[in-house]
Formats: sequence, C-alpha cells, structure tokens
Amino acid sequence: MQIDHVVCAFCGCVCDDLSVTVEENHVLEVKNACILGRAWMIGHAGQREESVARIDGQPATLEEAVEEAVRILTSARYPLIYGLSSTTCEAQRQAVALAETLGACIDCCTSVCHGPTGLAVQSVGEPTCTLGEVKNRADLVIYWGSNPAESHPRHFVRYAVTPKGLFRPGGRKERTVVVVDVRPTPSVRAADLFLRVRPGKDFECLWALRALVAGRPVDEAAVAQTGLTLAQLRDLAERMKSCQFGVLFAGLGLTQSRGKQMNLAAVFLLVRDLNAYTKFAAIPMRGHGNVTGIDNVMAWQTGYPFGVNFSRGYPRYNPGEYTAVDILSRGEADATLVIAADPAANLPRPAVEHLRRIPTIVLDVQPSETTRLARVSITTAPVGIAVEGTVYRMDNVPLRLRKVLDSPFPSDEEVLRRILQRVKEIKKC
Amino acid sequence: MASYSLILITGRSTKQGVGISSGKDQPEYQEATRLLEMSRADLMRLGLQPGDTVRIRSPFGETTVRCSEADLPEGLAFLAYGPAASQLIGGETWATGMPDTKGFEIEVEKVT
Repeated sequence: MQIDHVVCAFCGCVCDDLSVTVEENHVLEVKNACILGRAWMIGHAGQREESVARIDGQPATLEEAVEEAVRILTSARYPLIYGLSSTTCEAQRQAVALAETLGACIDCCTSVCHGPTGLAVQSVGEPTCTLGEVKNRADLVIYWGSNPAESHPRHFVRYAVTPKGLFRPGGRKERTVVVVDVRPTPSVRAADLFLRVRPGKDFECLWALRALVAGRPVDEAAVAQTGLTLAQLRDLAERMKSCQFGVLFAGLGLTQSRGKQMNLAAVFLLVRDLNAYTKFAAIPMRGHGNVTGIDNVMAWQTGYPFGVNFSRGYPRYNPGEYTAVDILSRGEADATLVIAADPAANLPRPAVEHLRRIPTIVLDVQPSETTRLARVSITTAPVGIAVEGTVYRMDNVPLRLRKVLDSPFPSDEEVLRRILQRVKEIKKC
Repeated sequence: MASYSLILITGRSTKQGVGISSGKDQPEYQEATRLLEMSRADLMRLGLQPGDTVRIRSPFGETTVRCSEADLPEGLAFLAYGPAASQLIGGETWATGMPDTKGFEIEVEKVT
C-alpha cells in the first residue's frame, strides 16, 4: 500500500510530500525523501530493540520502568528534564506539565542549537517570513554559517533555490544564492557567490554590512581582519539593498561560535535595516524535526522558549543558569529525564561526566550513548512513522504527522502521561 | 611526537546524519563521528596520511580519531558532532546555555 503526503520528522524542513510504500507493517520504499529522511524512515521503521524497557541494563516491563522513573524523579531534589526536539508537541506538553508538577528544570535541545537566536529575538525582534514566501518571492538567498546540503538536503529544491514560485516562475534562474562560511562546504556548489569569513569574525562582517547599507564609512584594514575585502562586503550590501525580496538563513555557524547571540542580533538588525530599502527576512535553520515545536510549546505554556525552572512553583527563565549544559556541568542536577535526544553523544564532556554520576531516565526510539548510561531506558515508537502528532517546521508552520506503521512500543506522550499521573498520585496534586 | 595547533569546527555531516537513524551502535555512525578532516597542507605538516590515527587535545579533554583530507583552509579542521567531538568541548556557556562548539583551538598529533 502506498501512503502519500507523509510528513518527514527528521529535520527542520519537515517535508510533507513523501510517499511511503508499506507491506505487512514494513516500509518497502520511500519516495521524495532526501538521504536523511530515507534513513529516518527506514532506520526507525525497523527498530531493533526487543525490550520495551531496561532498568540497569536488564529487561523490564513498561510498568516497572515507569515506577522506577517515578521513584527517581520524586526523590530528586533538583531534577532536569531535557531533550524533546524529536518528538511531538503532544509529548512536549506532557513534559512541561511533568516539570511543573515536579518543580523541575526543563530545557530542550534549542539551548545547544538556536538558543542564542532566541536570546537575540528577545533583544531585537525577528523580521521573518515563511518558507512559502521564500519559494514564491525570494530573488536573493543567503546561507550564513549553514550547510543545508548536508543538514537539510531538500531545503534548496523545496523552498529556497530551485523551486518555481508564484513571482519566480523561472525558479533558479531568477535567484542569486550566496553562501557565507568559514569553509567551502558542499553547499557552496549550489551558490553563485561564496564568501569565506575567518572563524569568529561573523559579527564584524555583519556589523560592517550594516554600516555599508546605511552608507557609513568602513575602514578597509578593519574589514581585512575578517578574511573578506571591503569590495566583497560592499558588493554584498548592494545586492541586499537592490534585490526585490531577500532572505538570510542563519545557521549554527553563527550560534555556536564566538559572538553567539550577538551574531544573531546583528543578523536581525541588518535585516531590519534592509527593510528601509526592500523586503528582507531572516529564518533560523532549525535542525531537528520538532525543535521549533518545543520552543513554541515551552513559550505558550511557560512564557519562555527553553531553560525554565519550576522549583518555586512558577516558571523562571535564565539561560546560563537553568540550561542543561550549565546545570549538568556544574553538577547541580541529581536526576535527569531525557526525551528523544542523545545528550551523552552531544553535550560537552563535563555535562556527560555528570550524567554518568546521576540516575538518568531515557525515552528514545533506539539505543544511543545516553541509553547506555541510563538507569532506566524506555523504547518508544518513532514519531511520524508509528505515531501521529503535531510538529513545527523551521518557519514556525505547524504540520500534522501521519502514522504509517504500527509499533509494539508506546509513544513518548503515553509514557510521559503515565509518569505524570503516578507523580501526581504520589504528590497528591 | 610533534603536535600542531588547528582551529576546530564541529558540525553536521551527511554520514553522521544518516547514522543517527540507521543506528548509533553501527560502524557507519562510529566512523562518521570519529573522522577529523583537514587540508592536505596540514596533513603534510603533521606527517600524516589519510586514515592515520591522531590524538586531539583541547583545554577540556582529548580523544583519538582517524584523519582524512578535505577541501579546507589551512589551519582549520572539521569533526562531525558525536561522542568524540563532545570530549573536546568545555561546559562554560558564558551565560547563554550554549558552549563554545565551533572555532576553538586544538592540538593534533600522530599516534604511532
């Protein structure tokens, strides 16, 4: 049976045009997916873990695992709930409710991807648009510190470079594509212009562009320290001012390097300035399939997008204090619940070392570095394959995931709901 | 054995991204996240051949990976996100929640 309009939940592109052929509860073929989406569909459809749960590495029932998770979380003084970038908004809501009931800290993968973008948005605002507007209108597309050829492979063909749009009937022929990066990534092959900036000099480039857009004098020797020439920046500034509709896609090259939130503030201010001359927008290149969703769920439920502490009974927000890397690296958390993420493979060494010291509970679709160190691991069904639900695309457009297979494993939402129910019974609330 | 300083960029690669889904316990993911890419000039400077094992040290930790040649500027190295890269990153976030993940100095030496 072929199922059309399947939504891929792997990356922030959230492509909603996949066709999946399923026979006897197995995925036989995936059409329209990129290499990452195909691996997501086929890899997760064939889950290898046989046990629904493990406690200290030994097989356990779901009920036993939930009880042990509840015991750990309710006896902790400073529990941390973390992850949530690759699960549904419905599961994310349960996680926020659990954090509130426990008086826990809750943080998501945003803090180690576009958390600095969130800080910049709170400081200077976000002049943005949807990917549909990019497809239909954009004639200048800039990828800055982003490598979609490897991280979002269909971004070029579905949204930003080659598609023919309402006001861009010529598709690629009507667009100029610029890549700004510290290295010539595979994305450069899709670009008309590549500007190689020195590592850690993005802010200086962006600020010089602001000055050039405003017609202010810029010191040539100062610009040379960025690895670019004044002529190159002047050319880019002129392209930005003279285009009909420009978009700057901001990647982790800006958020994870020197400058962090200031780099993104410079992006948003530059784009704001450009709107005095033309129409221009910025879109963060969000990585995981529903990392944008957890920002939205956290924001509408707590008022803040990540790094929230409920220990006083109400939400408090302070990146650097209530964010996962800081809580773990400083050795503050005494228990961690991880949902749909692998912090042991991705967080800094001091944070991972502390994860090994404290009891950790993990909900994930497959074995990972984090499940290997976990006290309790629960295998859950993959979203967008065996679980329906809502996810947010990188431009904050919500899309509904379809279910194409049955799974023997429960959903993240179901497990979190069970844990929450038992915690409420114990806390009598 | 002499060691040399490089600037490390960590990030996503296609093979690492595929490995996330096809299995983190599989050789493909392990190899994709344990491959240090650098320019031909830096390989020659270190007396390395692609496939050699190198030790990487940062102020926060060390790890051992294989090296390969890539189209990179001299002085710049790339390592995909994963358990090896995380060994090299410190826990300081400068009040942002985000550690310094790209653009920090590492020492690289050949493992004999």
